[in-house]
Order: sequence, then C-alpha cells, then structure tokens
Amino acid sequence: MGELRLMKGNEVLAEAAIRCGCDGYFGYPITPQSEVMEMLMERQPWDETGMVVLQAESEVAAINMVYGAAGSGKKVMTSSSSPGVSLMSEGISYIAGAELPCLVVNVQRGGPGLGTIQPSQADYFQAVKGGGHGDYKMIVLAPSSVQEMNDFVDLAFELAFKYRNPAMILTDGAIGQMMEKVELSDYKKRWTEKEVNEKNGSWATFGKPSTRERNVITSLELDSAKMEVNNQRFQEKYRRMEAEEQRYEAIQCDDAEYLFVAFGTAARVCEKAVEIAREKGIKVGLLRPITLFPFPKDVIKELAPKVKGFLSVEMNAGQMVEDVKLAVYDAGCNQHVEFFGRMGGIIPSPGEVVEALEQKLMKEGK
Amino acid sequence: MDIKEIIKPENLVYSKSKVQIDTITHYCPGCTHGVVHKLISELIDEMGIQEKTVGVAPVGCAVFAYNYIDIDWQEAAHGRAPAVATGIVRLNPDKFVFAYQGDGDLASIGAGEIIHACNRGENILVVFINNGIYGMTGGQMAPTTIENMVTSTTPCGRDHERNGYPLKMTDLVAQLPGTSYVTRQSAQTAASVRKCKRALKKGIQNVLDKKGTSFVEVVSTCNSGWKLTPVQANKWMEENMFPYYPLGDMKDSEKGEPVSNN
Repeated sequence: MGELRLMKGNEVLAEAAIRCGCDGYFGYPITPQSEVMEMLMERQPWDETGMVVLQAESEVAAINMVYGAAGSGKKVMTSSSSPGVSLMSEGISYIAGAELPCLVVNVQRGGPGLGTIQPSQADYFQAVKGGGHGDYKMIVLAPSSVQEMNDFVDLAFELAFKYRNPAMILTDGAIGQMMEKVELSDYKKRWTEKEVNEKNGSWATFGKPSTRERNVITSLELDSAKMEVNNQRFQEKYRRMEAEEQRYEAIQCDDAEYLFVAFGTAARVCEKAVEIAREKGIKVGLLRPITLFPFPKDVIKELAPKVKGFLSVEMNAGQMVEDVKLAVYDAGCNQHVEFFGRMGGIIPSPGEVVEALEQKLMKEGK
Repeated sequence: MDIKEIIKPENLVYSKSKVQIDTITHYCPGCTHGVVHKLISELIDEMGIQEKTVGVAPVGCAVFAYNYIDIDWQEAAHGRAPAVATGIVRLNPDKFVFAYQGDGDLASIGAGEIIHACNRGENILVVFINNGIYGMTGGQMAPTTIENMVTSTTPCGRDHERNGYPLKMTDLVAQLPGTSYVTRQSAQTAASVRKCKRALKKGIQNVLDKKGTSFVEVVSTCNSGWKLTPVQANKWMEENMFPYYPLGDMKDSEKGEPVSNN
C-alpha cells in the first residue's frame, strides 16, 4: 500500500506530478488552483527529482513554455482555472496541431468572464469540443475525488504520450480545495536523456545528432492537400481514442430504470441522490463518465434500451446533456434525456437532484 | 586558365556552410533574412554546435526559417518564441537555444514574452530582425515603423498622435539585469555583414557560457514591403532607419554598465 495522507486536491496534483516523474511545470497563479504551484515551490522538486518549476508571466506564456518543453520529448504540465484556460486555448491548439504530449489541468470556476471563484463545470464544451481554433480534440479526464486527482496525473501523461496529444484533467474548485484521504503513488524515476532519446527521438527537438535527420515541430502546412492529410491523421487518432479509451464508473446501473449521468463533483452529489431515491423505491443508477473525451457512449448504447430515461446532472447550463442525447440517438433509442443543473458556482443538493428526477422523468406521460 | 584550374581546392575562398540547406528560398531578393540565416548557419558550423542547437522560428516571413538551417526547430505561435525557448532551455540547460523573431512578432504581440524572458535572463540568444514593417501580411505598420513612414495601414505615414512612437526594444531590454549582451547591427554591406557575424558569435558564445540572455537586433530591409528596389531599400534604411536606430553595442556585461547610444 502506498503512503496515506490527508491532502487537498490541488496539493495532490503537485505531489502526483513529482512522483510520476514529471520533468517540468509552468504555471500562473489563479484561484482556485494556486496551491498546485505553491505546493510545487514548497516541495522544491528540482533538488529531489530534477523537475523544473517556473512561474510564468501569464497563462499565455505558461502554455507556450509547455509547448517548447514538450517539444523536447519530456513530461510537462501546467494547471490553471477557467479564465486562464481560455488564454491557454490558442497554445493547446498549437500543441494538438504539432502533435505534442502534455498535461493541462483545469480546476474550473464559474463563468463567463471573470465569473466567480466557486466550483463549476461550465468548461465542459471548451474541454471536449476543442476550445481553441481548428479541428482538434484532447483526452479529458474528470476526477471525482482527491484520490483520482492523484491517479489521473500519471494516467494523463501515459495517454498523452501514447497518442502524442495534449491531455486534460478537468476538475473543479470543490475537488481542488477539499481535503480527503489519499493513497499517494510510488515514485517513478524521471526519464533519463537516453530514455527520452529512445522513446521520443523520432520527433523531439533537443539538438540534431549526426545520426538522424533534423526534427521540425510545427503545426503549419500551407499546401492544402498536405494539410488535409494532416487533418485526416489527427481525426484518425481521435477515432482511435474513442475506440480504446472510453472510461466510466457504473454505480447501481444493473437494475436501474433511470440513470443519472454526471461527472466530477456533480457525480458525488448524484451518488447520494441514488441512495435517497432508492430509499424511496426509485430504481436509479449513476453513470459517471471518467473520460469526457472520448465520451463513454458505448456503455450508454448498452444501457439505453434497459432504462426509461436519463437525467444529466451538471454544474452548468446543460452541456454534457448534448453528448448523452447524441449517444442515445446513436444507439437507435428514444428514451427521454433530461437535464438538471445549477450555475454560478452553486453545487446542487442531492434532494434537488432526486426532485428533478421525479419532476422531469417520472411524471405521468414521460 | 581553364575551369578545372579555377575550381582547385586551393583557390577556394568561399563555400556555403554545410548547415545551410540547399533549397530554393522563399525570401524576396534583397531581403535581410537570407543573409542572417547564412550567418547563423556558418556560426553553428564553425562553432561545432549543430548537435546541441534548437532554433525557435517565429510567425512572419521567417516562419520558414526551419527550411533553411539544418538543425532541430520548433515553430512558435506569433510572439511566443521567447516563452517556447524558455520551455526548451529550462528542461535542457546544456543545449544552445535561440529565438529568431521579426519586429511585429517580438515588439508587438510578443512584447510581454520578450521582456520577461530577458528579465529572467533566460540563457538564450534572441535574433531580432527589425525592418519596421509586417512583411508577410503585406506591409502593415509595425511597432518599429518610423514616424512618417508609409505602410498599408498608415497610408499617410505613421503619425505619433494616432499610432504612437516607434518602439526601441533593444534599448528597453538593455536596461534589464537578465541580459548579458545587447547590440544593434545591420547587414547591408560586406563590412556590416562581418560585424553582424561577430555580434552573433559573441551572443552564441555568451549563451554557451551561460551568461544569460543575448539580444542581437539587425536593422533590416523589406524592399517588397517598402516598395523599393533592394539598392534603394538599403539607402533608405541608412538614411531613415539608422538615425532612429543607431548601430552598436548597447550592453556588454563583460564591460560593465549598459552603454547608451543616444
């Protein structure tokens, strides 16, 4: 068993980064995720593992430092919160276009604009539908506990390097700020220069040895015919992710007549709502997407014919519900898909969620 | 003397650096980029640092710098080359990393990144091509466009009341403690090309010696954007750009305090 600690979600992100052999972190302070960089600076991993930590002058600079460092074939990450991730979105598009691996963490707060510093899930669309310009996707992992904040850092790097693509951990201010028991991962050594060369020498830019052609990292291709081939390659990669990386947790779905679909903090609320509803004799389960892209539509396809309806519960105005509807439609089913959410940094209560289930899905005629 | 006699090795006085790639150039005839690319290629070759060099290309005409110099390259978003170079060099401190930027890239959209990279004293060389205009997008006003200069977005000439004053980036970064060598050069004559090469060499050596940021501005021509012949453009630069952007070293940490040119 690994080391047990009581820690904040944001602090665990930092600890997990050090322990999984991350080479570099570049960030800029923003509430509610500043503890990530504070914890890293406190831990001084440059003495322990050689990991570089740098406070950039802006989120724009931070993501471009990540782009540069990722180009050298090493494990690099940044973290921010919603307004900061908007600023980073251009850079994320470049990273996706240049096919580089990296980890971006979004500890979401309410928007639009400066919004609020309270937790929110209003960046779902930004995370799973692109966010920046151009046709690109990134793998999006949605932790719902401090433990998963630990576990998903290493997983995100693994997936980022597997597909040479940016990966995101999409969490929120509640999970970032709350303290829970966490079993920390064991230390993994950072890759040596030789390992970086062996694993990533075919594309990374760290100086051209006489034994190979030069590597050029760019997202630019002015010849449309060639650019379309690049686009086709990207899309093929995203389809592979959809085929191989759908992750979810199904809670009491086996006998369920109704399903909550919720991720992150909203999923924790729904876990309690399932309990309350079951006490009232309502057979409801919870489907918790862990990957938001790729969206776990295969399991929805499997479950849709067995249930009467879905309630997508989100801390936004209704974003993931569109993907639930698409998945149900793709399954050739016509079950009701309804939405319940709170906005502005409000976390819905389990009672509200059960009430919404009864009102929206269980009334006569539904 | 027949041709075989002439091409004997002992008669060789000049050859293309092997780091410079044999290819057709996309730069216009008369453009300064080609000369500066050649100098960088020669220095990487002569200093034997090809295996440890990573170039960061900008957005602008030099976006294709990676087509001409046979080293590892990373192409940056507009203005972000110093941040990209920071990321590379921080994780690879023993490499030689340089950012190659134009004036729109460095002095306008990337003003924040260059100031902070220089202020942190990132161990990189910045090559700053200042031709006072946006070349690639068709000749719009740059932050470095001198007053009264006609561009496609200042058809009546740059007027400081509307457009502000030409920005002297090199003077600015010379004030920052993080920079070790800051100079302004040109490359329009054989003599100035030689001086420019010496400056670039010093900049590279300072980075290899881990002295912090070296910053080499090259006051340049964009004869296509300026709507002049190459020869006219050189003359125009000497007469109009040099008085505002005087050439010479502004700071050499080996020699102590910043040297003021103005």
